[in-house]
Amino acid sequence: MTFSPRLETKLARLLESYPKGRERAALIPMLMYTQDEVGYITKELAQEVAKRCGVTTLQVDEVVGYYTMLRDRKMGRTHLQICTNISCLLVGGEELWKHACSKLGIGHNQVTADGSISLEEVECIGACSWAPAIQTNYDFHHHVTVERLDKIIADLRKVQ
Amino acid sequence: MVNLTIDGIAVQAAPGTLLIDAAKQAGIKIPAFCYYEGYSLQAACRMCLVEVEKFPKLQAACTLPVAEGMVVRTEGAPAVKARKTTLEFLLTNHPLDCPVCDPGGECELQDMVFRYGAGESRFTEVKHHVDEKQWSPVVYYDAPRCILCYRCIRVCDEGMGVNALGITNRGAFSEIVPNMGDHLNCDECGACIDICPVGALTSGTYRYQTRPWEMEHTGTICTHCSDGCKTTLGSRNGEIVRGNNRDSSGVNGEFLCIKGRYAFDFVQHEERLQSPLIRRNGKLEEASWAEAINLVAAKFGEAKGNTGVVGSVHTTNEENFYLRKLAMQGLGTPSVDHQRSGDVHTLLDALAGKENALAAVDDLYRAKAVLIVGADLSEQHPLLAFQVRANVRHHQAAVYTVTPGPVREDKTSAKAVRCAEANLLDGVRGLADELKSKGDLTILFGDAIKGQAVRDLVAFGDSLGIAVKYVCLVDYSNSRGAVDMGLVPGEGGLSIPQMLAATDLAALWVVGADPLAGGGLASKGAFVVVQDLFLTETAKRADVVLPSASAYEKSGTVTNGAGEVQRLVKAASVMGAKPDLEIFGLIARAMRIDVGRAQNEAIFEEIRKTVRGYNVPLPVIATGGAARTQPLNGRLGSIPDPSQVRSARDTLFTSGALGRYSKILKQVVEAPGALYEG
Repeated sequence: MTFSPRLETKLARLLESYPKGRERAALIPMLMYTQDEVGYITKELAQEVAKRCGVTTLQVDEVVGYYTMLRDRKMGRTHLQICTNISCLLVGGEELWKHACSKLGIGHNQVTADGSISLEEVECIGACSWAPAIQTNYDFHHHVTVERLDKIIADLRKVQ
Repeated sequence: MVNLTIDGIAVQAAPGTLLIDAAKQAGIKIPAFCYYEGYSLQAACRMCLVEVEKFPKLQAACTLPVAEGMVVRTEGAPAVKARKTTLEFLLTNHPLDCPVCDPGGECELQDMVFRYGAGESRFTEVKHHVDEKQWSPVVYYDAPRCILCYRCIRVCDEGMGVNALGITNRGAFSEIVPNMGDHLNCDECGACIDICPVGALTSGTYRYQTRPWEMEHTGTICTHCSDGCKTTLGSRNGEIVRGNNRDSSGVNGEFLCIKGRYAFDFVQHEERLQSPLIRRNGKLEEASWAEAINLVAAKFGEAKGNTGVVGSVHTTNEENFYLRKLAMQGLGTPSVDHQRSGDVHTLLDALAGKENALAAVDDLYRAKAVLIVGADLSEQHPLLAFQVRANVRHHQAAVYTVTPGPVREDKTSAKAVRCAEANLLDGVRGLADELKSKGDLTILFGDAIKGQAVRDLVAFGDSLGIAVKYVCLVDYSNSRGAVDMGLVPGEGGLSIPQMLAATDLAALWVVGADPLAGGGLASKGAFVVVQDLFLTETAKRADVVLPSASAYEKSGTVTNGAGEVQRLVKAASVMGAKPDLEIFGLIARAMRIDVGRAQNEAIFEEIRKTVRGYNVPLPVIATGGAARTQPLNGRLGSIPDPSQVRSARDTLFTSGALGRYSKILKQVVEAPGALYEG
């Protein structure tokens, strides 16, 4: 399995940043970067990363199973993550979550029928000061209200 | 030494000793699920928390090294409270169905809850349930029972070198996963089941058959390969239902492979012979023992010295010794042989006069360097491979492999050399400089090294200038014993190929072997007598077939490949079959031949007196220990033709004729397996 030249350069640099024989240290970032390009951790991808990091495929599966940000199945083109941890919960995170569910007609870790948006209820995303916060792929949205959430979703659909 | 106090007892321990081990030495057992001697530390279960003075919090005894002046309380109120809480947490999702759970009565979690009286729970939530999964014919996994101690993962990774188990998800949803997603591809050794403290991993062949306390447990020696593992057979009503290693007193400690743990099922195979057969009008028909024995005695009486005798590599030393005596002295035939699978004779001859040059199983765990020549150790000799892996793990031993293809040992070896079987010694010679720098060396070699090559290998060992020990690898449970008891042609005697080729052979007596599997018998008129468990190819050609008992159905002694004598103990019985020794006795009596009593103790006493190296201490044997034979006291008189040394090259999932009648060995997806695939 090969990746885009840009990603290959990045991965090569990544592997160089750890001492020789410790390639396994690159496992998590390598999974993150390649997931961004491939979409999710396919069986083939897991095997490729295992080979490059010198671990077994089973060890890659262990890591993918552990971290929620690594996914072993296809999600929406935009992955909408809504925080319902304590800070966000206190200022309306729960309402945002319920609203998104009913608006998109999907639940936790589900994808809309057209494959454009997937939804995930997440724990703290480190944006408590600007709660309630949500994340669309790698973009953060602060002080989100139900109205702003509607607009974000509408914008997402427009872009796509 | 470090001085410390545990529960008011003054304890001395070497620096670096873990607190849990130091306590054990003092007779104080600190409870633990995840800690397991010999494997890496985990500190996952929190059961071993103890109070240590001047530490603000409870400490995990499994990872805390002892320190001078340390004062420890293992069963104080805070530690007990912590353990009760840990148990309460472990039970939040654990089903409380001990009465119908397979390991009930042998469950460490059950024992701990009982010990700490942690019967109450504050959790009222619905338990998280996941359905049970079958990973292979021998391994089942029930996730809700799993306490995530990682023992199975570590025994598979470190002990077996297989890496077949992992863990996925997290928190309460964590579960163990097999390497192939929904099934296992591994050694199918069942070590994970044995080491599991609860009922999460259960054995496909044993689960729900019986309760542990309803079985009789018999520690005997596995009858498959030549490693000589002790297997504890659990039997009920004379039928074996489980093999494991709860009696970890054998040379194998806790180790067993699929053969030792599961492949006892040939005993109850429906094709077992249970009555003597006599050929009448060209067909084998059932007959009485008296009729069969009298016929054999009459025919042997006529054939006398023109009889060929083929012995077994699974029968006991006593049987082999008695058979040789009965054949050579009673019948007067020098034509006695068995299928040799390693050139032990040449090795013993080449080592004449050297002391301590033969390695025992334990030496593989202690040697500073190990050289494996022409053998796929993990496939052919799983215990020896396990010992070498443990040696690497615990003592950083240097392992060298010189093999025709990749082997599992390569992964942990200092150097792996590939060369064809014909030039193995060239590969070995290339390692000379490296090996010289090691303190001592143990060399294991397979059947490709025979005759002059064995002498060359010993000469190479001598040239290194360090202490070298050898193991000549042989195939089966008593291959070595058959050599030592002298089941080889005497003066002017015929070897197996010569017996089969002789056109005037009057009788052929085959005990637990299948020499006609590959071809016919030249002497058409020969009267063929076969003693076996099954109707083998040879038995189909026989005039009389006598049903014999397997090693699990008799007592006696066997000698493993490393020359250690161990005792068999009867664990099962199959109606109609008799131990070979009893059959020999009946034949001798019917022929009015007196070569001594056909009785184990009497014959073993004679073996101790007359077979060189076998003057072993009786208490060691009697208590189920392994006694080392030391046969190095001079040159051998004659050495049988090395060209006939041939290993069957069994894998982990084959075991010669016995393997063909073990359903479990054939059921697993890995069967039949292959050598040199790494």
